[in-house]
Amino acid sequence: MGCDAGRVAEALRAGAATVAEHKAELIDLDRAIGDADHGENLDRGFAAIVSTLDSGVPETPGAVLKIAATTLISKVGGAAGPLYGTAFLRAATKLGDVSELDGAAIATGLRAALEGVVTRGKAEVGDATMVDALSPAVEAAERAQADGGDPAAVLSAAADAAKEGADSTVPLVARKGRASYLGERSVGHADPGATSTALLLRALAEVAR
Amino acid sequence: MSGVGLVIVSHSGKLADGVVEVAAQMAPDVAVRAAGGLPGGEIGTDYESVLAALEQADSGAGVVVLYDLGSAQMTAEMAVETLADPDTAVVLDAPLVEGAIAAAVAAQGGSDRSAVAEAARSAARHPEVADTADAAESTDTGTEEGTAAAAAPAGTSGGGARAEITLENEVGLHARPAALLTRSIADLDADVRISHGGTEADGKSVFSLMSLAARKGDTIVVSASGPQAEEAVQRITELAGRGFDE
Repeated sequence: MGCDAGRVAEALRAGAATVAEHKAELIDLDRAIGDADHGENLDRGFAAIVSTLDSGVPETPGAVLKIAATTLISKVGGAAGPLYGTAFLRAATKLGDVSELDGAAIATGLRAALEGVVTRGKAEVGDATMVDALSPAVEAAERAQADGGDPAAVLSAAADAAKEGADSTVPLVARKGRASYLGERSVGHADPGATSTALLLRALAEVAR
Repeated sequence: MSGVGLVIVSHSGKLADGVVEVAAQMAPDVAVRAAGGLPGGEIGTDYESVLAALEQADSGAGVVVLYDLGSAQMTAEMAVETLADPDTAVVLDAPLVEGAIAAAVAAQGGSDRSAVAEAARSAARHPEVADTADAAESTDTGTEEGTAAAAAPAGTSGGGARAEITLENEVGLHARPAALLTRSIADLDADVRISHGGTEADGKSVFSLMSLAARKGDTIVVSASGPQAEEAVQRITELAGRGFDE
């Protein structure tokens, strides 16, 4: 079964609920190695997405994702705004005006999102950033869609890989963002951005199921 | 004024305003705009504020954008990419305070955007380091340098000129006087060197001049070459004679 605009909007609402639910956890992760604003910022951004969607859902998945992008860019003050904003914007642009997303479209959208994040943040796998969650997620999504996976299967594979990727940031030395100023002291903490990426993908996967 | 504009993007409104304040003092006619903090005053960078500052700073000659930390760079790049013409602004990796001052002074002197950007970037190279490198180089070619220096005062071929000036203003060749000196010769086709206490500085670089640490009562040697060398030396002599308008 494909995901139409309504379903994508629902997924974003689920993402907002997840961020709200895990706000304290994200703040704590970020306090350990950054500026403690990730949970707060992301929550503010996703709450704003929900309130925009409350006043009307556009017709295509791409248009819904574009709302998410522009809202995050203007409402999230930290690095997460431009990074997630770019991710959603690139996915939206890539998907164009198709009316329903199948597994292949979702994998394509995720790939575009990853490329956007890498361009914007100039991070690579192993730098202890959201790329460490998103990159394996994209690869898993592409494998799942090649095996004929539907949106639920593709997103579920992506979410599993993202979680594993986020956990893999614990022993890493952060090389980008505020945490990079800590050097070796950033070791032993999961990256907040990688963690929120995994949480969001899990929320999207639940909705697709 | 239709020169190059500057935008200072910072996580803190106070920091952005402070950098603008310092830069504006050096370059009163340049459009320097701050985009610091979130609309509610919290720490962060706001895309909309950056976009607004970009529009205000652009008077047709383009904008140079400087930032404090990583996410400010991302917000700035994002804002520039969404401009009607993204080529009108450039986001630069340069030291925020020194870069802003160097860029502002270059813009005040009428430099185009690439020259303003280069001024900001080169502010990253500490003047004293550059001077040490120059000194090491001149040791290798000691005799030639000496000959060239001795030939300069005669100054007939190639339009060389030279003057010794004793600083009479209170603060010597500090930031503001250095900026005024740089601005006074910015439009001239002349290579101007100012030396003091065995160190030589580029007359068109504020930071280079400040690194001379020339104080009240010190004597500086101004030597210029190029088609407008005499004009350059004359302007600097007059400026110093007026006590740098203090």
